[in-house]
Amino acid sequence: MRRMEAIALAAEAAQAQDALLISNIGFPSRELCAAKDRPENFYMLGSMGLASSIGLGLALGLPARKVIVLDGDGSVLMNLGTLATIAHYAPENYLLVILDNCCYGSTGSQPTCTHLGTDLSAIALAAGVRVVKKVDELGDLQLALTGQGVVVAKVDPGNADVPIINLAPEEIIERFMRSARPAPPS
Amino acid sequence: MMNPSLAIYRGLKRAGIDFATSVPCVNLQELLDLVGKDPDIIHLPVTREEEGVGLCAGAWMGGRRPALLMQNSGLGNCINALASLDFLYGIPLLMIISHRGVAGEPIVGQVPMGQLTAPLLDAMQIPHFSPVCSEAEDVVNSARSLAAASRRPVAVLLDLDFWRGT
Repeated sequence: MRRMEAIALAAEAAQAQDALLISNIGFPSRELCAAKDRPENFYMLGSMGLASSIGLGLALGLPARKVIVLDGDGSVLMNLGTLATIAHYAPENYLLVILDNCCYGSTGSQPTCTHLGTDLSAIALAAGVRVVKKVDELGDLQLALTGQGVVVAKVDPGNADVPIINLAPEEIIERFMRSARPAPPS
Repeated sequence: MMNPSLAIYRGLKRAGIDFATSVPCVNLQELLDLVGKDPDIIHLPVTREEEGVGLCAGAWMGGRRPALLMQNSGLGNCINALASLDFLYGIPLLMIISHRGVAGEPIVGQVPMGQLTAPLLDAMQIPHFSPVCSEAEDVVNSARSLAAASRRPVAVLLDLDFWRGT
């Protein structure tokens, strides 16, 4: 499947579950913004590797709200310890989706170690994550998006032809936080 | 004489800290024990300090008041995240840092980062405070207030003399 299709499906699933969506730096955030822009999307513009950690902090802070993280193979490889932390501390409202295209797609498709055979779902299992799914079709991904834990979705390399995100960082976070936290009772 | 770990813990409590991530230092062990046993603080020991910056950012977006507890060696592991996550989006963070590699340090490997810690924070325009034990509770509380008001990271540096209670 193409990554843009997987991201569009995740965006639909997030909306259906009233979920918050943390999206990785680079083309994945641009593809998500083009597929379905919502205030509940947090587009990362920096700090490569930390999507899963930001989402975990959010899920622990807001236990009643589903949090879905769209991460990549290169970024997870940069912060592999996150899988051990997720294994032991992630609540039920947390789902990490690793879109594995076997390359650094935003910098010229240089291969990552998943291209050479490193299996992120096996690493997640070995780290102690109880619910780990490996999918390579949209139908299986759709089912997995309603769950928790870690999903590794194999996607094709390549980026969609989508524009850069026309939002300032301040706008991204302010509207995200307004949608994440219900207004206090007046 | 006030126990140094208790002084910091009281500061965290007065500041309303309810979420903490940590990488240990021998000087933080009593404090980490106090934080870990507190039912009103979610405490995550993390694998690397940068991971803690991400967790604290997410927790803050979810309405929590987070703190990152670490040794100054971990500051080097955080720099890109402090800049391209916390500075970029205006996310506050209280950092409680055991400052090794300064006067009285017995381990030579701590010295280079020990000497670079304050200059690195200065270069990043991150305010930092080095209280003595008697003022630590107040300083931790006001550092959290400054982070919240400025929506920036703020550091409290606690050197070897601090942990000796001098």
